[in-house]
Amino acid sequence: MSVESDIAIDVRGLTKSFGDKKVVDNFTLQVARGNIQGFLGPNGSGKTTTIRMLCGLLTPDSGEGKCLGYDIRRQQKEIKRYVGYMTQGFSLYRDLTIRENLEFVARVYGLEAPEDAARAALERLGLVARADQLAGELSGGWKQRLSLGACILPGPSLLLLDEPTAGVDPKARRDFWDEIHHLATQGLTVLVSTHYMDEAERCHQIAYIANGRLLASGTIAEILAGAQLSTWVVTGEGLDPLGGELKHQPGVDMVARFGSALHVGGRDEAAMERIARRYSAEGRHRWKRDEPSLEDVFIDLMTRAGADQ
Amino acid sequence: MSAQQSLSNGVARPPRRGALAQSWQRFLAMFVKEFIQLRRDRPTFAMIVGIPLIQLMLFGYAINTDPKHLPTAVLTSDDSPIARAVIGALRATDYFNIKYIARGEADADKLILSNKVQFVIQIPPDFSRQLVRGEKPGLLLIADASDPVATSGAVAAALGAADQALDRELIGPLASLKQNAPPFEIRVHRRYNPAGETRRNIVPGLIGTILTMTMLMYTAMSVTREIERGTMEALLAMPILPVEIMLGKIAPYVVVGAVQMATILIVASLLFQVPVVGSLFTLTLLTLLFIVANLSVGYTFSTVADNQLQAMQMTFFFFLPSMLLSGFLFPFYGMPKWAQYVGEAMPLTHYLRIVRSVMLKGSTFGDLAVDAGALAAFTLVAMSLAVMRFRQTLD
Repeated sequence: MSVESDIAIDVRGLTKSFGDKKVVDNFTLQVARGNIQGFLGPNGSGKTTTIRMLCGLLTPDSGEGKCLGYDIRRQQKEIKRYVGYMTQGFSLYRDLTIRENLEFVARVYGLEAPEDAARAALERLGLVARADQLAGELSGGWKQRLSLGACILPGPSLLLLDEPTAGVDPKARRDFWDEIHHLATQGLTVLVSTHYMDEAERCHQIAYIANGRLLASGTIAEILAGAQLSTWVVTGEGLDPLGGELKHQPGVDMVARFGSALHVGGRDEAAMERIARRYSAEGRHRWKRDEPSLEDVFIDLMTRAGADQ
Repeated sequence: MSAQQSLSNGVARPPRRGALAQSWQRFLAMFVKEFIQLRRDRPTFAMIVGIPLIQLMLFGYAINTDPKHLPTAVLTSDDSPIARAVIGALRATDYFNIKYIARGEADADKLILSNKVQFVIQIPPDFSRQLVRGEKPGLLLIADASDPVATSGAVAAALGAADQALDRELIGPLASLKQNAPPFEIRVHRRYNPAGETRRNIVPGLIGTILTMTMLMYTAMSVTREIERGTMEALLAMPILPVEIMLGKIAPYVVVGAVQMATILIVASLLFQVPVVGSLFTLTLLTLLFIVANLSVGYTFSTVADNQLQAMQMTFFFFLPSMLLSGFLFPFYGMPKWAQYVGEAMPLTHYLRIVRSVMLKGSTFGDLAVDAGALAAFTLVAMSLAVMRFRQTLD
């Protein structure tokens, strides 16, 4: 066993192609132990491929790195033992009961007392009463909770969660995140991919990937500062036609509708000032300067990457 | 958001067809969709043409219900020209391929029990002397009638050949012997199945055929099922080795196979009165080996196939020749040499020899060592292939 360093994930220049499509391009990331690393990016940006390279399910074409101090190319066996990977879709056995699934996992990881480990996991999950129900019969929220429970049952040091809360209701999502924070305080490192901004804001650090490239990485404050986006919030009547018009204005990099407001942003602060002044002068809309939200920054990054084809 | 077309342009309701035309169109929609999906599944597409074509050629040329050149041993201490002429006449029927000279009755029995020969021609020591004296001696034709279909043609040919067998030898002073032809008698001894009941041959064979089909199906889909249900990815991310997965997936079906075997054996003896002459222990042991061989073949298919349909097709692609070229339905020695080689590569061929020999003839483990070895080798090769084929990553 290697000495566990303070860096749980340390990868440089990971690249992976399928056919002639570069799915992940020169991906570099460091995650400190005990941190919750958010992993964001549009659909098809290469998040799942990156996660699979981290846990030894895919071999990178080039690049190198370590997970928990183990080489991701050569020590996949060790990585599998100490990394818990939660796949995007439900990947436990639907035709086994909850208890049977947990006992299966406990045995595959070679635990000394698999039945006890499964029972303890059932208690942690609050599923004791439903232990003998088939896993396939659980609702989406419970399935995801069970999957997380199965992931942490063998006591991993690193969790890789691939869109764990997709399609899960807000209450269940909140509980899920409380659980993740609880795990992190116990020293677990968590890398979690998500599309939800509120979830991104609960991460210690964020990495944003589009078209296989890492576009931004750091704490939320660092990312907001790094984006240098002057953002204006526009309210009033007829926002949709206005948005369509603004998209084509030089100097506008980002236009997005949030409820009854339109967020308009650009990196050229002076140009944005001029546009705001001109449109407010028309008097139909109220233009108000605001701090950019994380979502504004991501929409801008995504627009620039042309990722969301 | 970006340069994307807005979906809202397509909200207006397009015109629809009439009720009947709509139904026809729904049928067409399904029809076209199925065809497209079929075409995308390349291996399946190839097998659509491949399976019928290959199998037709294979069986069309291979199957022959009137087998000739059957392996035969001669047991005699009479080396006279007359004895040689008799053997020559039998050989001339094309039914007997004399491969062994037995060194006594025990040796001859061993050749039959280990399936090396189907006939033993036994010529008594004073055969020619008795013949010359006009005593109409008897020649013993011992046939392994555990497969009555395979031996009946040869027996008939032998009886027919006896009449003219010695025409050229019986000249001069011996010419008078031709008067009350034939000058000797062929006594046929149908061993193991004196009544020549095909049932005695078919029922043990069925054990092998049924086990082949069920065992292949159990494991052929075991890996593809994990892939199709989305459980494979999680499984691969766990610290479990391909060989552990394989053995863990095969082992439960060994038990299932054992139950099936017991069921068939009990029913066979109760309903069809097929006895078990040999050792039940040998039969059980070798049947378990055969079960494992088939399970590992099925599992290998499972690691090669992309989906359950492909796995299913591979199973049938393997099952049909197993049934037709193994000697289950048609005599093994009736097939051309190349087809016999194909047959030798099927576990069922070896198992049929084992199960028929143990049940009907009482062959022992020693008699069947070669076939048992073939099954073991088969299992080993299939398992190694499966472990090598098993994709440990998603690359």
